[in-house]
Parts: sequence; structure tokens; C-alpha cells
Amino acid sequence: MRDLAQLAQRQPPRLTDTTLRDGSHAMRHQYTRQQVQQIAQALDAAGVPVIEVSHGDGLGGSSIQYGFSREPELALIEAAASVVQRARIAALLLPGIGTRRELKEAVARGVSVLRIATMCTEADISEQHFGMAKEMGLEAVGFLMMAHMRPPEVLVEQALLMQRYGADCVYVVDSAGALLPHEVYARVRALKEALEIQVGFHAHNNLGLAIGNTLAALAAGADQIDGTLRGFGAGAGNAATEVLVAVLEKAGLSTGIDLFKIMEAAEFVLAPIMPRQPVIDRDALIIGYAGVYSTFLLHAKRISQQLGIDPAKVLMELGRRQAVAGQEDWIWRVAAELAAQEEAL
Amino acid sequence: MVGIYPDSPGLARARELGIDTSHEGIQAILEDPEIRLVFDATSAKAHVRHAPLLREAGKIAIDLTPAARGPYVVPPVNLGAHLEADNVNLITCGGQATIPMVYAVHRVHPVQYAEIVSTVASRSAGPGTRQNIDEFTFTTARGLEAIGGAQQGKALIILNPAEPPILMTNTVYVMPEVASLDQLDQEAIVASIRQMEAQVQTYVPGYRLKADPLFDMLETPWGRRVVITCLLEVEGAGDFLPRYAGNLDIMTAAAWQVGNLFARELLKREGALV
Repeated sequence: MRDLAQLAQRQPPRLTDTTLRDGSHAMRHQYTRQQVQQIAQALDAAGVPVIEVSHGDGLGGSSIQYGFSREPELALIEAAASVVQRARIAALLLPGIGTRRELKEAVARGVSVLRIATMCTEADISEQHFGMAKEMGLEAVGFLMMAHMRPPEVLVEQALLMQRYGADCVYVVDSAGALLPHEVYARVRALKEALEIQVGFHAHNNLGLAIGNTLAALAAGADQIDGTLRGFGAGAGNAATEVLVAVLEKAGLSTGIDLFKIMEAAEFVLAPIMPRQPVIDRDALIIGYAGVYSTFLLHAKRISQQLGIDPAKVLMELGRRQAVAGQEDWIWRVAAELAAQEEAL
Repeated sequence: MVGIYPDSPGLARARELGIDTSHEGIQAILEDPEIRLVFDATSAKAHVRHAPLLREAGKIAIDLTPAARGPYVVPPVNLGAHLEADNVNLITCGGQATIPMVYAVHRVHPVQYAEIVSTVASRSAGPGTRQNIDEFTFTTARGLEAIGGAQQGKALIILNPAEPPILMTNTVYVMPEVASLDQLDQEAIVASIRQMEAQVQTYVPGYRLKADPLFDMLETPWGRRVVITCLLEVEGAGDFLPRYAGNLDIMTAAAWQVGNLFARELLKREGALV
């Protein structure tokens, strides 16, 4: 807690806003070019240094498995890049889903920061993509997803691989919003001590800890953090960018983002087009409690309703089976099995 | 059996079984005129280098990597094709598991789009797969098109580190070229899929559908369309590799089928077999 009181003495973190990527889940991938331009413009005007734009599951994510994008994500990237003046455009890539083909296309449309995400035990599937990113002169950021599933020493081992492949930063990603502040602190701290590169933290709010956990990450020395306007992301959403800016300013850390402009972006640009405000409803809370990939929330609600069973049971079972990022097809498997069992009773 | 590490436990095991071994890699194979048929289970990158060398040396390559140098073979769809080729490719484990299902739909009703998701236990994915994961995606997608019959294919692969390790699961989404369910002969499609399942089971007994195929309507970039979903599970035979590694079993079982046929063809050509 001493570190928390001393936040003002550290370097301000870099904030990446991912409303246009993590928010794609909450939007069921229905963003239009015009909406993307409005949001990117507002973020840029407020001084957000990095704006991530992709399908929620990263480049190439548009699919039956994850949901089709209403408009091609490459067109959305192009739309965002065409309106920003200062901000850099980032894209997410999950090896196994996106490939170097989509990466090249994204770079041609203005992406200069690539965030490469793997399950936190599988960093060695990202070597190809880090190599490509560095060859193309991109800033390359590693994402260790579902970081609650493994202890700090495993994350360190995996982060070191990404560092070796050329990462400029590695994130501890709390994809399930399942970590408590002291667990975030331990993970970020362990990476800070072991790596020569930067360390980041990405939060989800399923346990109501997105802002608190981001503060814990900063206390542990995180150099980069993520937010979304209104916390508009998967599950119960992320740390709200405008709240982070306000909180950090009060803690004596200037992110370089204009508080009033970012509040207005959230209130007057994003909020009017949001189909729903992510909240900690029962199912989102179960996701945080059982440690399930946040993105499963809307899929589980829809499928469970279709099969007439309780999504809470489906989500608990997915947690028990240790499903990881990208396994949306398991939701149907589990729901169908549970429905069959209930019918048999 | 050839590897590149002198202290490889696999090579030691082969020696114990009385099999000739070498740790000198492709060179050892090229220098041995008696070797006619080579199963290459290295990596896509390595096979790209091996393919021309094997061809020059007059050896037939059964390629178990996604390098895709030769034509694709998926036994229940086109086992006997390409017997004249000097290199055939077995696509990927995900392709071997899912392409038969896409083809099973396609032979009843033309398929516009097929998408598959292969989930394998982390422990069953070796360094070759890990270093060349894009090749898995590309080659599987092309296989869905070339052999499955889909106009467009897409492949996703997920590694799951759960302990105890999970069985290989595959989800196959097939979108036929129809706008509504009543334009489809659902019974014929289910029968075709079940028949294909039985055919794969002849060489991979642990290959099974978890449930009858699901018929659903979904919003897609092509409009509201019928999507057929097959949930598959592949349990390995557990002969040597653990049961969860069905992905490795289906590949080696397919390679055995293809290799066996090529060997018979060679013997036939040389008059040793009629």
C-alpha cells in the first residue's frame, strides 16, 4: 500500500484505449465505419496516445465461432487511421486465429502497434508474429491472457519468451476479471523484476476491481495500462478510460489525456451508440468468480436461452473445465450436455 | 527412423525395437538408396527444404506437416488419388478431423463456406506446430476448399493447457448454398455425416460426433443462412501416445493408410504384387 501512496513519484503510464476492440464484443461486432470514426476522433482529440481497433477476437476474428463483423475490420482500421492526428492505431492478433496475411493488410491500413495475444502458457506460438511485427517496424506488445490461471513464475517464464521474440512490452491480461489486487500486484511485479522491457496490465470488471486492479498494477510498476470508454468491453467491461484518467490525475499522475474531453467522449460519443452498458450482473459476476473468459458472457446468455437452461450453470462448468480464450464452441458443447442431463432427470 | 538429436529418446526406442536409426537428418535418408517412401513429420519449414531433396533422390514423400508441397489427401475422401505423385500432403490434424465432415455435407448439397475450430491439449502440440501456426491455419483452410468442397474455408486452432489434458475437440460449421432450411434434405445430410463418421472410425476408432449435427439459421456476411454444426471429439487409441492426443493419432493413422497404399502401388509397379 506504500507504493499506492507514492504513485505520484513514478512515471505516468501509457494508456491504450480499446473501446474499438474489446468494445467490439459488447457491440457484438456491429460497429460501423462512421461510429469508429466518431469514437477514434474523440479519443484522439482528448489526447489518447494509442487506439486499438480490431474484431474483439483480433484480426481475422470475424467468423461463425466469434460472430461476424458487420463491416470488414480492415475498413474499420482504415476509417480510424484516416481521422486521427496524433494517436497511433493498434491491432490485436491471436495466433491460431489471425495470421501474417491479416497483419500485413492491417499495417497497410495504418496499424503501427501490434498486440499479440496468447493463452498465458502458450507464448511460444507467437514467435512468427513477433518476428513479422519487428521486421515491419511495428511496436510489438505481448498479451498473456487468462493470467489468473497461472502463478507469477509461470507468467515470467512465458513473458521472457515474448521478450526474446522481440516484444517491446508484455501485458498481464486479466481476461476473466478474476484477479484480486494483491494477485495483480504480484504478477506485474514479478514481470517488472524479470524483464528488461515494459510491462502492462489489462483489466476486466467482473469482480468490480478493474480500476483498483489497474492501480495495483501501477503500484507494482506497470508502464502501460488499458481502458475503454464507459468500460465498454467483454464481460462486465474494462477499466473505464475516463475514470482512469480522473483517478490517476487525483493520484498525481498525468496521463496526458484531457479529463473533460475524455469524459465527453464517453458521455456524448460512445454512450449514445452503446446497445448496453456492461454491468456486473449475476452472469458477469460468475465469470469473474469462476475465472471464465469474459467474452463468453453474451454467447453463453444467448445459447443458454436457446436451450432453456441457466447460463450460470454453463459458465460455472466452463470454469471447471478450464476453457481458455477462443473456445466459444465449448459453450454450446457444455450447454447441450447440461440440457441433456436436465432432460434425463 | 531419422532424427537430428543423437540423444533423442524416440531414436533410442526405435533402436531397441530393432529399427535402423540415424540422427543425421535428411542427409541419412538421401544417402540410403533402399529407402523409397519417406514419412516426414518434421515441421512445415523443414519440409519445404526436404521436398525438393527427396524428389531429386527419387523418393516418395508422405508429408505430415502443413507445408503443402504436394496434393492433399484425406483418406475417406480421396485416398486413392495422386498415386502417381512423388509428394502428397496430409494437410493438418485439424484438417484430417474436419474435412471429411465438410465433404459429407458437400456431396449432398454444395457448400459455400466451411469454418472449423480445432482445440488440442497443449501437451500434444509440438514445436513444429507452435513455430508454424500460421501454416496450420492456411493449409487447413485450403484443404476445406480443395478436398472438403467449400468455396471458402476458414480454420482456427486453440491450444488448451488444462490438466488433466483435454481430448482433441473439433467444431465444424458448414454453410450450404441455400437460403432456408426447407431447401435442404436434412435427413440425407445427417445420414451422409454419420456414414463418414463410421468411415473415419475404421482407422481412428476414437473419432466420434458428440451429438447429431445441429441445423441453425445465422446472420452471415452472405445474409441469413443455414449453418450446420458438427461437434467432434477425437480420442487417441492410447497405443503409445496418450489418449488425449487424438490429433496426433488421426494424423499418423491417415499417414499409415496413405503410405500403405503407396507401398502396394510401388510393389505392383515392380511386379512384386499383382
